[in-house]
Amino acid sequence: MKTKLKTSTLVILMVVAIAVTIYTLSPFFLVLINVFKNANGIVANPVGFEGMSFSQLTTNLSKVINNSNFSFWSAFGTSAVITIISLVLLALFGGMASWVISRNMAKHNTKKWAVVIYMTFIASMTIPFQVVMLPLISTFRDVGKFVGLPLLQSIPGIVFAYMGFGGAMTVFVLTGFIKGIPFALEEAASIDGCPHEGIYFRIILPMLKPPLTTVTILNGMWIWNDYLLPSLMLGQNGKVKTLPVAVQAFVGSYVKQWDLILTAALLAMIPMIILFFFAQKQIMGGMVDGAVK
Amino acid sequence: MAKNNAGQKMISGVLAALGVIFLAYALIMDFSGSGSSLRGPALIIGAVLFLIGIFTFPTIKYHKKIVNIVFLFPLLFCFAVTVIIPLCLGFFYSTTDWNGIRMTQFVGLSNYAAMFKEPGFLWSVLLTILFVVFNMVLVNVVAFCLALLCTSRIKGVGFFRAAYFLPNLIGGIVLGYVWQFVFNNVLLSFTSKAFGMNSSLLSNTPTAFMAIIVVYIWQYAGYIMLLYVTGLTQVPGDVLEASAIDGATGWQTLIHIRMPMIASTFTICTFMTLTSAFKQFDVNMALTNGTGSINFMGNYLTNGTQMLALNIYNTAITKNNYAMGQAKAVVFFILLACVSIIQVRVSNKKEVEM
Repeated sequence: MKTKLKTSTLVILMVVAIAVTIYTLSPFFLVLINVFKNANGIVANPVGFEGMSFSQLTTNLSKVINNSNFSFWSAFGTSAVITIISLVLLALFGGMASWVISRNMAKHNTKKWAVVIYMTFIASMTIPFQVVMLPLISTFRDVGKFVGLPLLQSIPGIVFAYMGFGGAMTVFVLTGFIKGIPFALEEAASIDGCPHEGIYFRIILPMLKPPLTTVTILNGMWIWNDYLLPSLMLGQNGKVKTLPVAVQAFVGSYVKQWDLILTAALLAMIPMIILFFFAQKQIMGGMVDGAVK
Repeated sequence: MAKNNAGQKMISGVLAALGVIFLAYALIMDFSGSGSSLRGPALIIGAVLFLIGIFTFPTIKYHKKIVNIVFLFPLLFCFAVTVIIPLCLGFFYSTTDWNGIRMTQFVGLSNYAAMFKEPGFLWSVLLTILFVVFNMVLVNVVAFCLALLCTSRIKGVGFFRAAYFLPNLIGGIVLGYVWQFVFNNVLLSFTSKAFGMNSSLLSNTPTAFMAIIVVYIWQYAGYIMLLYVTGLTQVPGDVLEASAIDGATGWQTLIHIRMPMIASTFTICTFMTLTSAFKQFDVNMALTNGTGSINFMGNYLTNGTQMLALNIYNTAITKNNYAMGQAKAVVFFILLACVSIIQVRVSNKKEVEM
């Protein structure tokens, strides 16, 4: 419900809204115009349009993409692979675990172990990453050495870590949703001879589409943009790098070369902005749903 | 049917047995110190085979229990290895002289005692608390005003919402560098022309701190705004209509009806700004990397803009003092837990009063 406003007030509000938009988007705009300039052009005039040329953009792009510290395609690929595998596994195993937990916490049939597991997950959401990061690295190093699997500096290792850290939020959102699905549905299927695992995959899973979208968006935004975990697990100068780690490593080696740094920043921002362009409603809705629940 | 059942029993039995053999083979090699590169894959294959074996085993009596275990196992295992075990180890290591690889002796609480004598750390704590207080107020005020703007009758509301939310999509590291450019090049060229200032805002500690706050609000207010927008649009229309009939002005409706009705949104938003501002790391690292000179308690410090999360990182990784870094992290955890519990208590009380 909207309150009625005078035209003059509306005009003022519109002006304010546009001013805030200009302010919010100005850093993106500055990146966009300066990737068309060379280093001198940027220093001489960072806000104007003079000195912009397409040939300079291609020079900057080729310098950055082929740079051994940044190696855009490999970093982009690593980030994409890590994010996608983590999201798929979190949705799969998170959904399975949430179903078992929520069905064993039903009012008429509460099992203690399910409550304990659920409460542990919820409590763990308040743990800041800083308090586990140092022992995590040493645990992964020791366990990896012991069982002969490279857990550090490898994609499977980092996916494993994301499943651990993303699990709590996933279970929290999904359990809340599954609680609302009537139990009678499962009983009916069970009487019709559906095996126990079939009940989940054939009946519950198809109904989980909305909360799984929420969970995937929340986890995806965080995993794609995460810097600290990959920088610790993969190393700053390792062969495998995610995009944020690559940007950091690149900037470290090209101090004050803004033509190259801004081009790298642009390349790192573009995938998310393109995704946002197509899935704006889902992303904004998912971010809100995850917080409000 | 019965024959089929027997066949399935045999197959799943064989699978489970194979899994056990693989697992045993891998574990024997682990413990005997064999360097074979097969032992890692053998462990995984063994575990997967064993799980598939017992999962497909046709027993009616235990099937439900087995399904429960198999469904819970993957996530719980990852969670235990990445969160629970490191958390316990972390508390333990903070009382030792751990160097990131091994420990030689217990030092009791001396890490904790030493950290509170370190002016740099105390400054970081103070700075973090200041940062959290500023942001909790500013982000919420800005976001609430933007939400009112975005639920008013102006045109193109959808576009404005998306535009304000956009910064939240990009990671703090990239944004930090972009803003470093904005402060060091773009704004500097303005201020030097207008006021004759020759140094960037980032090179002076107080203004650099304000710069971090500005960037943080820029990044986070759009997200919090979305939450307020959701809250505001859920205020029932008939209540607003009734107040309009009673002759309430727009301002009165806002203060006495709309704001009390979204009290729970205020709780969520303050909680989220509090925890995320407290953990701020990426922007801090990329924008100033904690540098800045300051005189504090009679000491000259060079970590003028270093907040707690970055202080922990630098203590452990850069200065290679893992035990101390871990002890600071434990204090960080306790501080965060206390502050968020207090916040939730206070806002719940306020919610009831409203």
